Amino acid sequence: MKVYKYGDNVDTDVIIPARHLNNPDPKALASHCMEDIDADFASTVEEGDIIVAGANFGCGSSREHAPVSIKACGVKCVIAASFARIFYRNSINIGFPIMECPEAAAEIQAGDKVSVDFATGVITDETLGKTWEAAPFPAFINGIIENGGLLKSLKARGIAK
Amino acid sequence: MGMTMTQKILAKHAGLDQVEAGQLIEARLDMVLGNDITAPVAITEFRKAGLTEIFHRDKIAIVLDHSVPCKDIKSAQLCAQARDFAREYHITHFYDVGQMGVEHALLPEKGLVAPGEAIIGADSHTCTYGALGAFSTGVGSTDMAAGMATGLAWFKVPPALKVTLKGRLRPFVSGKDVMLHLIGLIGVDGALYKSLEFTGEGVSALSMDDRFTISNMAIEAGGKNGIFPVDGVTRAYLDGRVDRPWESFEADPDAVYEREVVIDLNELKSTVALPHLPSNTRTVDQVAGTPIQQVIIGSCTNGRLEDMRQAAEVLKGRKVAPGVRCIVFPATQQIMLDAMRLGYVETFIQAGCAVSTPTCGPCLGGHMGVLSDGERAISTTNRNFVGRMGPVSSEIILASPSVAAASAVTGVVTDPATL
Repeated sequence: MKVYKYGDNVDTDVIIPARHLNNPDPKALASHCMEDIDADFASTVEEGDIIVAGANFGCGSSREHAPVSIKACGVKCVIAASFARIFYRNSINIGFPIMECPEAAAEIQAGDKVSVDFATGVITDETLGKTWEAAPFPAFINGIIENGGLLKSLKARGIAK
Repeated sequence: MGMTMTQKILAKHAGLDQVEAGQLIEARLDMVLGNDITAPVAITEFRKAGLTEIFHRDKIAIVLDHSVPCKDIKSAQLCAQARDFAREYHITHFYDVGQMGVEHALLPEKGLVAPGEAIIGADSHTCTYGALGAFSTGVGSTDMAAGMATGLAWFKVPPALKVTLKGRLRPFVSGKDVMLHLIGLIGVDGALYKSLEFTGEGVSALSMDDRFTISNMAIEAGGKNGIFPVDGVTRAYLDGRVDRPWESFEADPDAVYEREVVIDLNELKSTVALPHLPSNTRTVDQVAGTPIQQVIIGSCTNGRLEDMRQAAEVLKGRKVAPGVRCIVFPATQQIMLDAMRLGYVETFIQAGCAVSTPTCGPCLGGHMGVLSDGERAISTTNRNFVGRMGPVSSEIILASPSVAAASAVTGVVTDPATL
Protein backbone atom coordinates (compact mmCIF):
# COMPACT_ATOMS: atom_id res chain seq x y z
CA MET A 1 0.00 0.00 0.00
CA LYS A 2 1.28 3.41 -0.90
CA VAL A 3 1.28 6.77 0.78
CA TYR A 4 -0.19 10.02 -0.49
CA LYS A 5 1.35 12.97 1.30
CA TYR A 6 -0.11 16.44 1.77
CA GLY A 7 0.76 19.55 3.79
CA ASP A 8 -0.95 21.46 6.60
CA ASN A 9 -4.58 22.64 6.64
CA VAL A 10 -5.99 20.26 4.04
CA ASP A 11 -9.56 21.58 4.11
CA THR A 12 -12.83 19.84 3.41
CA ASP A 13 -13.37 22.00 0.32
CA VAL A 14 -10.40 20.35 -1.36
CA ILE A 15 -11.16 16.88 0.05
CA ILE A 16 -14.61 17.01 -1.52
CA PRO A 17 -15.62 20.29 -3.21
CA ALA A 18 -19.13 21.56 -2.43
CA ARG A 19 -20.14 21.30 -6.08
CA HIS A 20 -20.26 17.50 -5.60
CA LEU A 21 -22.29 17.49 -2.38
CA ASN A 22 -25.56 17.24 -4.29
CA ASN A 23 -24.89 13.51 -4.67
CA PRO A 24 -24.01 12.03 -1.25
CA ASP A 25 -23.61 8.48 -2.60
CA PRO A 26 -20.20 7.35 -1.22
CA LYS A 27 -19.01 6.01 -4.60
CA ALA A 28 -19.93 9.26 -6.34
CA LEU A 29 -18.11 11.25 -3.65
CA ALA A 30 -15.08 8.95 -3.94
CA SER A 31 -14.79 9.71 -7.64
CA HIS A 32 -14.11 13.38 -6.78
CA CYS A 33 -12.07 12.86 -3.61
CA MET A 34 -9.12 15.29 -3.25
CA GLU A 35 -9.94 16.66 -6.70
CA ASP A 36 -8.94 20.27 -5.99
CA ILE A 37 -5.62 19.45 -4.31
CA ASP A 38 -4.57 16.33 -6.25
CA ALA A 39 -6.37 15.77 -9.56
CA ASP A 40 -4.81 12.28 -9.93
CA PHE A 41 -5.79 10.97 -6.51
CA ALA A 42 -9.20 9.46 -7.28
CA SER A 43 -7.92 7.66 -10.39
CA THR A 44 -4.76 6.23 -8.80
CA VAL A 45 -5.78 5.43 -5.20
CA GLU A 46 -6.05 1.75 -4.35
CA GLU A 47 -7.56 -0.28 -1.52
CA GLY A 48 -5.32 -0.07 1.53
CA ASP A 49 -3.47 3.14 0.59
CA ILE A 50 -2.74 5.67 3.31
CA ILE A 51 -2.99 9.47 3.43
CA VAL A 52 -0.34 11.28 5.46
CA ALA A 53 -0.72 15.00 6.13
CA GLY A 54 0.37 17.86 8.34
CA ALA A 55 -1.54 19.84 10.94
CA ASN A 56 -5.28 20.56 11.03
CA PHE A 57 -6.30 17.95 8.46
CA GLY A 58 -9.96 18.29 7.46
CA CYS A 59 -10.44 21.87 8.57
CA GLY A 60 -13.45 23.85 7.41
CA SER A 61 -16.89 22.50 6.75
CA SER A 62 -18.69 19.90 8.87
CA ARG A 63 -19.42 17.84 5.79
CA GLU A 64 -19.21 14.17 6.73
CA HIS A 65 -18.94 13.66 2.98
CA ALA A 66 -15.20 14.33 3.46
CA PRO A 67 -14.25 11.26 5.53
CA VAL A 68 -16.96 9.27 3.71
CA SER A 69 -15.31 10.03 0.35
CA ILE A 70 -11.85 9.08 1.63
CA LYS A 71 -13.17 5.87 3.19
CA ALA A 72 -15.08 4.99 0.01
CA CYS A 73 -11.82 5.30 -1.97
CA GLY A 74 -10.53 2.35 0.03
CA VAL A 75 -8.05 4.43 2.00
CA LYS A 76 -7.03 2.46 5.07
CA CYS A 77 -6.42 5.42 7.36
CA VAL A 78 -5.27 9.02 7.58
CA ILE A 79 -2.17 9.81 9.61
CA ALA A 80 -1.78 13.50 10.42
CA ALA A 81 0.06 15.81 12.79
CA SER A 82 -3.38 16.93 13.97
CA PHE A 83 -6.99 16.84 12.82
CA ALA A 84 -9.64 19.54 12.71
CA ARG A 85 -12.13 18.62 15.38
CA ILE A 86 -15.24 18.00 13.26
CA PHE A 87 -13.30 15.80 10.81
CA TYR A 88 -11.89 13.95 13.82
CA ARG A 89 -15.28 13.16 15.32
CA ASN A 90 -16.88 12.44 11.94
CA SER A 91 -14.19 9.84 11.24
CA ILE A 92 -14.76 8.18 14.59
CA ASN A 93 -18.53 8.33 14.16
CA ILE A 94 -18.40 6.55 10.78
CA GLY A 95 -15.84 4.06 12.02
CA PHE A 96 -12.98 5.33 9.83
CA PRO A 97 -9.54 5.06 11.47
CA ILE A 98 -7.40 8.16 11.90
CA MET A 99 -4.08 8.41 13.69
CA GLU A 100 -2.62 11.54 15.23
CA CYS A 101 1.19 11.36 15.20
CA PRO A 102 3.19 14.52 14.34
CA GLU A 103 6.51 12.64 14.08
CA ALA A 104 5.21 10.02 11.64
CA ALA A 105 3.36 12.72 9.69
CA ALA A 106 6.60 14.68 9.30
CA GLU A 107 8.91 11.82 8.36
CA ILE A 108 6.83 9.53 6.15
CA GLN A 109 7.26 10.43 2.48
CA ALA A 110 4.96 10.00 -0.50
CA GLY A 111 5.35 6.55 -2.01
CA ASP A 112 6.75 4.95 1.18
CA LYS A 113 5.46 1.52 2.17
CA VAL A 114 3.68 1.98 5.48
CA SER A 115 1.76 -0.40 7.72
CA VAL A 116 -0.38 0.43 10.72
CA ASP A 117 -1.59 -1.56 13.71
CA PHE A 118 -4.75 0.04 15.09
CA ALA A 119 -4.72 -2.08 18.23
CA THR A 120 -1.33 -0.83 19.35
CA GLY A 121 -1.20 2.49 17.48
CA VAL A 122 2.12 1.46 15.95
CA ILE A 123 2.93 2.98 12.55
CA THR A 124 5.75 1.31 10.59
CA ASP A 125 7.46 2.88 7.57
CA GLU A 126 9.06 -0.11 5.90
CA THR A 127 10.86 2.09 3.37
CA LEU A 128 12.56 4.16 6.07
CA GLY A 129 12.76 1.27 8.54
CA LYS A 130 11.20 3.41 11.29
CA THR A 131 8.31 3.01 13.68
CA TRP A 132 6.24 5.47 15.70
CA GLU A 133 3.42 5.15 18.16
CA ALA A 134 0.25 7.23 17.76
CA ALA A 135 -1.65 8.25 20.89
CA PRO A 136 -4.25 5.55 21.60
CA PHE A 137 -7.95 6.41 21.63
CA PRO A 138 -9.69 6.53 25.01
CA ALA A 139 -11.90 3.52 25.77
CA PHE A 140 -15.10 5.48 25.08
CA ILE A 141 -13.98 6.34 21.55
CA ASN A 142 -12.61 2.85 20.95
CA GLY A 143 -16.06 1.57 21.86
CA ILE A 144 -17.59 3.64 19.06
CA ILE A 145 -15.04 2.46 16.51
CA GLU A 146 -15.25 -1.19 17.57
CA ASN A 147 -19.04 -1.14 17.31
CA GLY A 148 -18.72 0.09 13.71
CA GLY A 149 -19.65 3.70 14.33
CA LEU A 150 -21.72 5.94 16.61
CA LEU A 151 -25.22 4.83 15.65
CA LYS A 152 -24.42 1.13 16.01
CA SER A 153 -22.77 1.80 19.34
CA LEU A 154 -25.80 3.75 20.61
CA LYS A 155 -28.06 0.93 19.45
CA ALA A 156 -25.85 -1.64 21.14
CA ARG A 157 -26.17 0.37 24.36
CA GLY A 158 -29.96 0.49 23.93
CA ILE A 159 -30.02 4.30 23.90
CA ALA A 160 -31.09 4.83 20.28
CA LYS A 161 -34.33 3.21 19.13
CA MET B 1 -10.72 23.76 40.05
CA GLY B 2 -12.61 26.64 38.44
CA MET B 3 -14.53 26.20 35.21
CA THR B 4 -14.98 28.33 32.10
CA MET B 5 -18.39 29.33 30.73
CA THR B 6 -18.23 26.43 28.27
CA GLN B 7 -17.20 23.90 30.91
CA LYS B 8 -20.06 24.97 33.20
CA ILE B 9 -22.65 24.54 30.46
CA LEU B 10 -21.23 21.13 29.52
CA ALA B 11 -21.12 20.01 33.18
CA LYS B 12 -24.75 20.99 33.64
CA HIS B 13 -25.82 19.16 30.48
CA ALA B 14 -23.85 16.07 31.48
CA GLY B 15 -25.45 16.09 34.93
CA LEU B 16 -22.09 16.64 36.62
CA ASP B 17 -21.00 19.16 39.24
CA GLN B 18 -17.55 19.47 37.77
CA VAL B 19 -15.81 18.73 34.50
CA GLU B 20 -12.27 19.36 33.41
CA ALA B 21 -10.52 19.80 30.08
CA GLY B 22 -9.97 16.53 28.25
CA GLN B 23 -12.79 14.68 30.02
CA LEU B 24 -15.14 12.72 27.74
CA ILE B 25 -18.79 13.33 28.52
CA GLU B 26 -22.21 12.70 27.09
CA ALA B 27 -24.32 15.84 27.16
CA ARG B 28 -28.06 16.39 26.90
CA LEU B 29 -28.96 18.56 23.91
CA ASP B 30 -31.45 21.42 23.69
CA MET B 31 -31.38 21.65 19.90
CA VAL B 32 -30.17 19.51 16.99
CA LEU B 33 -29.82 21.27 13.65
CA GLY B 34 -29.26 20.19 10.07
CA ASN B 35 -29.54 21.68 6.59
CA ASP B 36 -30.31 20.44 3.09
CA ILE B 37 -26.77 19.11 2.56
CA THR B 38 -26.17 17.47 5.93
CA ALA B 39 -29.67 16.44 7.07
CA PRO B 40 -30.25 14.07 4.12
CA VAL B 41 -27.04 12.19 5.01
CA ALA B 42 -28.20 12.09 8.65
CA ILE B 43 -31.63 10.85 7.62
CA THR B 44 -30.11 8.13 5.43
CA GLU B 45 -27.92 7.00 8.36
CA PHE B 46 -30.88 7.22 10.76
CA ARG B 47 -32.96 4.96 8.54
CA LYS B 48 -30.05 2.64 7.66
CA ALA B 49 -29.48 2.04 11.38
CA GLY B 50 -33.12 1.01 11.70
CA LEU B 51 -33.97 3.92 14.01
CA THR B 52 -37.62 4.90 14.22
CA GLU B 53 -37.87 7.34 17.14
CA ILE B 54 -36.74 10.93 17.58
CA PHE B 55 -36.07 12.37 21.02
CA HIS B 56 -38.19 15.54 20.76
CA ARG B 57 -40.00 17.05 17.78
CA ASP B 58 -39.56 20.61 19.15
CA LYS B 59 -35.80 20.24 19.62
CA ILE B 60 -34.82 19.42 16.05
CA ALA B 61 -34.44 22.13 13.42
CA ILE B 62 -34.10 21.40 9.72
CA VAL B 63 -33.41 24.41 7.55
CA LEU B 64 -33.22 24.12 3.76
CA ASP B 65 -30.75 26.91 3.06
CA HIS B 66 -27.68 25.71 1.17
CA SER B 67 -28.77 24.79 -2.36
CA VAL B 68 -32.14 26.54 -2.30
CA PRO B 69 -34.14 27.63 -4.16
CA CYS B 70 -32.95 24.32 -5.60
CA LYS B 71 -30.14 24.68 -8.07
CA ASP B 72 -30.46 21.29 -9.77
CA ILE B 73 -32.36 18.00 -9.75
CA LYS B 74 -30.09 16.30 -7.23
CA SER B 75 -30.41 19.20 -4.78
CA ALA B 76 -34.18 19.11 -5.21
CA GLN B 77 -34.14 15.40 -4.36
CA LEU B 78 -32.12 16.06 -1.20
CA CYS B 79 -34.57 18.77 -0.15
CA ALA B 80 -37.46 16.41 -0.83
CA GLN B 81 -35.84 13.77 1.39
CA ALA B 82 -35.50 16.28 4.24
CA ARG B 83 -39.05 17.55 3.69
CA ASP B 84 -40.47 14.01 3.83
CA PHE B 85 -38.61 13.23 7.05
CA ALA B 86 -39.75 16.49 8.67
CA ARG B 87 -43.35 15.67 7.77
CA GLU B 88 -43.11 12.04 8.89
CA TYR B 89 -41.68 12.97 12.30
CA HIS B 90 -43.73 16.18 12.71
CA ILE B 91 -40.58 18.25 13.14
CA THR B 92 -41.81 21.57 14.53
CA HIS B 93 -38.93 23.73 13.31
CA PHE B 94 -38.74 22.83 9.65
CA TYR B 95 -38.03 25.80 7.39
CA ASP B 96 -38.58 25.58 3.65
CA VAL B 97 -38.27 28.17 0.89
CA GLY B 98 -40.40 31.18 1.77
CA GLN B 99 -39.83 30.86 5.52
CA MET B 100 -36.25 29.75 5.66
CA GLY B 101 -33.21 31.90 6.12
CA VAL B 102 -29.52 31.16 6.51
CA GLU B 103 -29.72 28.78 9.47
CA HIS B 104 -27.37 30.60 11.86
CA ALA B 105 -29.21 33.88 11.37
CA LEU B 106 -32.59 32.16 11.50
CA LEU B 107 -32.33 30.13 14.71
CA PRO B 108 -31.44 33.06 16.99
CA GLU B 109 -34.00 35.29 15.23
CA LYS B 110 -36.75 32.71 15.89
CA GLY B 111 -35.73 32.33 19.52
CA LEU B 112 -34.72 28.69 19.07
CA VAL B 113 -31.42 29.11 20.92
CA ALA B 114 -30.93 30.68 24.34
CA PRO B 115 -28.13 31.26 26.87
CA GLY B 116 -26.89 28.23 28.74
CA GLU B 117 -28.31 25.79 26.21
CA ALA B 118 -26.33 23.06 24.42
CA ILE B 119 -26.80 22.90 20.68
CA ILE B 120 -25.25 20.77 17.97
CA GLY B 121 -25.67 21.40 14.29
CA ALA B 122 -24.54 19.49 11.25
CA ASP B 123 -22.95 22.65 9.94
CA SER B 124 -19.59 23.94 11.06
CA HIS B 125 -20.86 27.46 11.75
CA THR B 126 -23.23 26.25 14.44
CA CYS B 127 -20.74 27.86 16.82
CA THR B 128 -22.55 31.15 16.05
CA TYR B 129 -24.90 30.82 19.06
CA GLY B 130 -22.03 31.25 21.48
CA ALA B 131 -22.79 34.94 20.94
CA LEU B 132 -25.87 34.38 23.11
CA GLY B 133 -23.95 32.58 25.85
CA ALA B 134 -24.94 29.12 24.63
CA PHE B 135 -22.64 26.15 24.03
CA SER B 136 -23.03 25.37 20.37
CA THR B 137 -20.79 23.50 18.01
CA GLY B 138 -20.67 22.03 14.55
CA VAL B 139 -20.78 18.28 14.05
CA GLY B 140 -21.31 15.85 11.19
CA SER B 141 -24.36 14.07 9.89
CA THR B 142 -23.92 10.93 12.00
CA ASP B 143 -23.81 13.11 15.13
CA MET B 144 -26.98 14.79 13.90
CA ALA B 145 -28.66 11.41 13.41
CA ALA B 146 -27.57 10.29 16.89
CA GLY B 147 -28.69 13.61 18.36
CA MET B 148 -32.11 13.35 16.71
CA ALA B 149 -32.53 9.82 18.04
CA THR B 150 -31.21 10.28 21.58
CA GLY B 151 -30.95 13.99 22.41
CA LEU B 152 -27.35 13.28 23.38
CA ALA B 153 -23.88 13.97 21.99
CA TRP B 154 -20.42 12.97 23.12
CA PHE B 155 -17.86 15.69 23.73
CA LYS B 156 -14.33 16.02 24.91
CA VAL B 157 -14.50 18.93 27.37
CA PRO B 158 -12.39 21.63 25.72
CA PRO B 159 -9.54 23.57 27.27
CA ALA B 160 -9.96 27.29 26.77
CA LEU B 161 -8.38 30.26 25.11
CA LYS B 162 -9.39 33.55 26.74
CA VAL B 163 -9.88 36.55 24.47
CA THR B 164 -10.05 39.75 26.50
CA LEU B 165 -11.57 42.67 24.61
CA LYS B 166 -11.08 46.25 25.71
CA GLY B 167 -12.04 49.63 24.31
CA ARG B 168 -14.51 50.36 21.53
CA LEU B 169 -14.47 49.84 17.77
CA ARG B 170 -13.83 52.87 15.57
CA PRO B 171 -16.12 53.84 12.65
CA PHE B 172 -16.16 51.34 9.74
CA VAL B 173 -14.55 48.68 11.99
CA SER B 174 -16.81 45.77 12.96
CA GLY B 175 -17.01 42.34 14.55
CA LYS B 176 -15.68 40.84 11.31
CA ASP B 177 -12.48 42.83 11.68
CA VAL B 178 -12.13 41.68 15.31
CA MET B 179 -12.38 38.05 14.29
CA LEU B 180 -10.16 38.26 11.20
CA HIS B 181 -7.58 40.02 13.37
CA LEU B 182 -7.80 37.26 16.00
CA ILE B 183 -7.53 34.45 13.42
CA GLY B 184 -4.55 36.21 11.85
CA LEU B 185 -2.99 36.35 15.28
CA ILE B 186 -3.53 32.74 16.41
CA GLY B 187 -3.84 30.92 13.07
CA VAL B 188 -6.42 28.57 11.58
CA ASP B 189 -5.60 25.95 14.20
CA GLY B 190 -4.84 28.41 17.01
CA ALA B 191 -7.94 27.32 18.91
CA LEU B 192 -7.96 23.68 17.73
CA TYR B 193 -10.12 21.52 20.08
CA LYS B 194 -10.45 24.59 22.36
CA SER B 195 -13.22 26.95 23.36
CA LEU B 196 -12.74 30.64 22.65
CA GLU B 197 -14.02 32.53 25.69
CA PHE B 198 -14.62 36.22 24.95
CA THR B 199 -14.56 38.54 27.91
CA GLY B 200 -13.51 41.99 29.07
CA GLU B 201 -15.05 45.44 29.24
CA GLY B 202 -14.93 45.73 25.43
CA VAL B 203 -17.71 43.13 25.11
CA SER B 204 -20.39 45.54 26.28
CA ALA B 205 -19.68 47.90 23.36
CA LEU B 206 -20.18 45.14 20.80
CA SER B 207 -23.62 44.84 19.22
CA MET B 208 -25.39 41.49 19.10
CA ASP B 209 -24.73 41.25 15.35
CA ASP B 210 -21.01 41.87 15.92
CA ARG B 211 -20.98 39.07 18.50
CA PHE B 212 -22.76 36.67 16.12
CA THR B 213 -20.10 37.37 13.48
CA ILE B 214 -17.29 36.78 15.96
CA SER B 215 -18.69 33.52 17.39
CA ASN B 216 -19.57 32.37 13.86
CA MET B 217 -15.91 32.29 12.82
CA ALA B 218 -14.57 30.49 15.92
CA ILE B 219 -14.35 27.40 13.68
CA GLU B 220 -12.03 29.30 11.34
CA ALA B 221 -9.51 29.30 14.18
CA GLY B 222 -10.16 25.58 14.70
CA GLY B 223 -12.27 26.29 17.78
CA LYS B 224 -14.94 24.02 19.18
CA ASN B 225 -17.03 27.05 20.11
CA GLY B 226 -16.74 30.77 20.75
CA ILE B 227 -18.75 32.04 23.68
CA PHE B 228 -19.70 35.45 25.09
CA PRO B 229 -20.99 36.32 28.54
CA VAL B 230 -24.65 37.30 28.80
CA ASP B 231 -25.26 41.03 29.37
CA GLY B 232 -27.85 43.73 28.72
CA VAL B 233 -27.24 43.58 24.97
CA THR B 234 -27.99 39.83 25.00
CA ARG B 235 -31.07 40.29 27.15
CA ALA B 236 -32.41 43.03 24.87
CA TYR B 237 -31.99 40.69 21.90
CA LEU B 238 -33.71 37.78 23.68
CA ASP B 239 -36.62 39.94 24.80
CA GLY B 240 -39.64 39.00 22.72
CA ARG B 241 -37.86 36.05 21.12
CA VAL B 242 -37.26 33.57 23.94
CA ASP B 243 -39.96 33.09 26.54
CA ARG B 244 -38.77 29.81 28.07
CA PRO B 245 -36.52 30.02 31.15
CA TRP B 246 -32.80 30.15 30.46
CA GLU B 247 -29.67 30.33 32.54
CA SER B 248 -26.50 32.34 32.05
CA PHE B 249 -23.13 31.03 33.16
CA GLU B 250 -20.11 33.07 34.21
CA ALA B 251 -16.57 31.76 34.28
CA ASP B 252 -15.13 31.08 37.74
CA PRO B 253 -12.44 33.56 38.78
CA ASP B 254 -9.98 30.63 38.95
CA ALA B 255 -11.01 29.09 35.62
CA VAL B 256 -8.03 27.72 33.72
CA TYR B 257 -7.04 29.12 30.32
CA GLU B 258 -4.28 27.70 28.15
CA ARG B 259 -3.61 31.12 26.74
CA GLU B 260 -4.90 34.67 26.90
CA VAL B 261 -5.06 37.11 24.00
CA VAL B 262 -5.88 40.77 24.63
CA ILE B 263 -7.39 42.83 21.81
CA ASP B 264 -7.69 46.59 22.09
CA LEU B 265 -10.70 47.39 19.92
CA ASN B 266 -9.62 51.04 19.61
CA GLU B 267 -6.55 50.01 17.71
CA LEU B 268 -8.20 47.68 15.19
CA LYS B 269 -8.33 48.68 11.55
CA SER B 270 -10.51 47.22 8.82
CA THR B 271 -8.97 43.83 8.15
CA VAL B 272 -9.14 41.39 5.24
CA ALA B 273 -7.98 37.80 4.74
CA LEU B 274 -6.19 37.15 1.46
CA PRO B 275 -6.34 33.82 -0.38
CA HIS B 276 -6.31 30.99 0.63
CA LEU B 277 -6.62 30.91 4.42
CA PRO B 278 -8.71 33.00 6.84
CA SER B 279 -5.50 33.55 8.83
CA ASN B 280 -3.75 35.24 5.90
CA THR B 281 -4.78 38.67 7.16
CA ARG B 282 -3.73 42.22 6.31
CA THR B 283 -5.17 45.56 7.29
CA VAL B 284 -7.14 46.88 4.36
CA ASP B 285 -4.74 49.78 3.74
CA GLN B 286 -1.94 47.25 3.11
CA VAL B 287 -3.75 45.69 0.15
CA ALA B 288 -5.92 48.57 -1.10
CA GLY B 289 -6.03 48.69 -4.89
CA THR B 290 -6.20 44.92 -5.48
CA PRO B 291 -8.72 44.39 -8.34
CA ILE B 292 -11.90 42.35 -7.74
CA GLN B 293 -14.61 41.19 -10.12
CA GLN B 294 -17.31 40.09 -7.69
CA VAL B 295 -18.60 41.21 -4.30
CA ILE B 296 -20.67 39.00 -1.99
CA ILE B 297 -22.44 40.66 0.94
CA GLY B 298 -24.35 38.24 3.16
CA SER B 299 -24.03 34.73 4.69
CA CYS B 300 -24.27 33.33 8.22
CA THR B 301 -21.25 35.49 9.03
CA ASN B 302 -22.44 38.88 7.75
CA GLY B 303 -26.01 38.71 6.46
CA ARG B 304 -27.76 40.36 9.41
CA LEU B 305 -29.52 43.72 9.53
CA GLU B 306 -26.53 45.62 10.89
CA ASP B 307 -24.40 44.19 8.07
CA MET B 308 -27.02 45.37 5.58
CA ARG B 309 -26.97 48.82 7.20
CA GLN B 310 -23.19 49.06 7.00
CA ALA B 311 -23.19 48.06 3.33
CA ALA B 312 -26.08 50.41 2.54
CA GLU B 313 -24.39 53.37 4.23
CA VAL B 314 -21.39 52.92 1.94
CA LEU B 315 -23.45 52.28 -1.20
CA LYS B 316 -25.99 55.08 -0.65
CA GLY B 317 -25.86 57.47 -3.61
CA ARG B 318 -22.98 55.52 -5.18
CA LYS B 319 -22.74 53.00 -8.00
CA VAL B 320 -21.14 49.60 -8.28
CA ALA B 321 -18.07 49.98 -10.50
CA PRO B 322 -18.33 48.86 -14.14
CA GLY B 323 -17.11 45.29 -14.52
CA VAL B 324 -18.00 44.39 -10.94
CA ARG B 325 -20.91 42.16 -9.90
CA CYS B 326 -22.20 42.88 -6.41
CA ILE B 327 -24.68 40.39 -4.93
CA VAL B 328 -26.40 41.08 -1.60
CA PHE B 329 -28.04 38.31 0.43
CA PRO B 330 -30.06 39.40 3.46
CA ALA B 331 -29.87 36.23 5.60
CA THR B 332 -33.55 35.81 6.52
CA GLN B 333 -36.96 36.88 5.29
CA GLN B 334 -37.29 39.16 8.34
CA ILE B 335 -33.94 40.79 7.60
CA MET B 336 -35.07 41.28 4.01
CA LEU B 337 -38.31 42.93 5.20
CA ASP B 338 -36.42 45.17 7.62
CA ALA B 339 -33.87 46.06 4.95
CA MET B 340 -36.72 47.00 2.62
CA ARG B 341 -38.48 49.07 5.27
CA LEU B 342 -35.27 50.93 6.08
CA GLY B 343 -34.55 51.62 2.41
CA TYR B 344 -31.41 49.47 2.24
CA VAL B 345 -32.77 47.23 -0.52
CA GLU B 346 -33.61 50.26 -2.65
CA THR B 347 -30.11 51.64 -2.01
CA PHE B 348 -28.57 48.33 -3.15
CA ILE B 349 -30.66 48.10 -6.31
CA GLN B 350 -30.12 51.79 -7.18
CA ALA B 351 -26.39 51.18 -6.79
CA GLY B 352 -26.53 48.31 -9.26
CA CYS B 353 -26.41 45.35 -6.85
CA ALA B 354 -28.35 42.12 -7.29
CA VAL B 355 -30.42 41.38 -4.16
CA SER B 356 -31.28 37.74 -3.49
CA THR B 357 -33.60 35.62 -1.40
CA PRO B 358 -31.66 33.99 1.46
CA THR B 359 -29.27 31.19 0.50
CA CYS B 360 -25.82 29.89 1.46
CA GLY B 361 -25.22 29.27 -2.26
CA PRO B 362 -22.34 31.59 -3.15
CA CYS B 363 -20.34 31.10 0.06
CA LEU B 364 -19.49 27.51 -0.83
CA GLY B 365 -19.52 27.86 -4.60
CA GLY B 366 -22.89 26.15 -4.79
CA HIS B 367 -24.90 28.59 -6.87
CA MET B 368 -25.94 32.26 -7.11
CA GLY B 369 -22.46 33.66 -7.63
CA VAL B 370 -19.95 31.00 -8.68
CA LEU B 371 -16.65 32.45 -9.94
CA SER B 372 -14.89 31.75 -13.24
CA ASP B 373 -11.21 31.00 -13.91
CA GLY B 374 -8.84 33.47 -12.34
CA GLU B 375 -11.60 35.67 -10.95
CA ARG B 376 -11.29 37.30 -7.56
CA ALA B 377 -14.14 38.06 -5.18
CA ILE B 378 -14.24 40.13 -2.04
CA SER B 379 -16.75 38.48 0.24
CA THR B 380 -18.24 38.91 3.69
CA THR B 381 -18.34 35.12 4.06
CA ASN B 382 -16.05 33.01 6.23
CA ARG B 383 -13.75 30.85 4.11
CA ASN B 384 -11.34 31.57 1.30
CA PHE B 385 -9.98 28.07 0.69
CA VAL B 386 -8.79 26.96 -2.76
CA GLY B 387 -11.79 26.35 -5.01
CA ARG B 388 -14.31 27.41 -2.37
CA MET B 389 -16.30 29.71 -4.68
CA GLY B 390 -15.28 28.44 -8.09
CA PRO B 391 -12.38 26.82 -9.95
CA VAL B 392 -9.04 26.35 -8.18
CA SER B 393 -7.69 29.42 -9.96
CA SER B 394 -10.34 31.70 -8.45
CA GLU B 395 -9.64 33.69 -5.31
CA ILE B 396 -11.59 35.03 -2.34
CA ILE B 397 -10.70 37.93 -0.08
CA LEU B 398 -12.67 37.91 3.18
CA ALA B 399 -13.82 41.29 4.47
CA SER B 400 -16.44 43.18 6.46
CA PRO B 401 -19.62 44.51 4.82
CA SER B 402 -18.23 48.07 4.82
CA VAL B 403 -15.02 47.04 3.08
CA ALA B 404 -16.87 44.79 0.62
CA ALA B 405 -19.31 47.59 -0.25
CA ALA B 406 -16.52 50.16 -0.67
CA SER B 407 -14.66 47.72 -2.92
CA ALA B 408 -17.82 47.25 -5.00
CA VAL B 409 -17.87 51.00 -5.66
CA THR B 410 -14.25 51.22 -6.80
CA GLY B 411 -13.62 47.76 -8.26
CA VAL B 412 -10.53 47.36 -6.12
CA VAL B 413 -10.02 46.52 -2.44
CA THR B 414 -10.89 49.76 -0.67
CA ASP B 415 -10.87 51.12 2.85
CA PRO B 416 -14.37 52.57 3.33
CA ALA B 417 -12.89 55.42 5.36
CA THR B 418 -11.09 56.66 2.22
CA LEU B 419 -14.15 56.82 -0.05
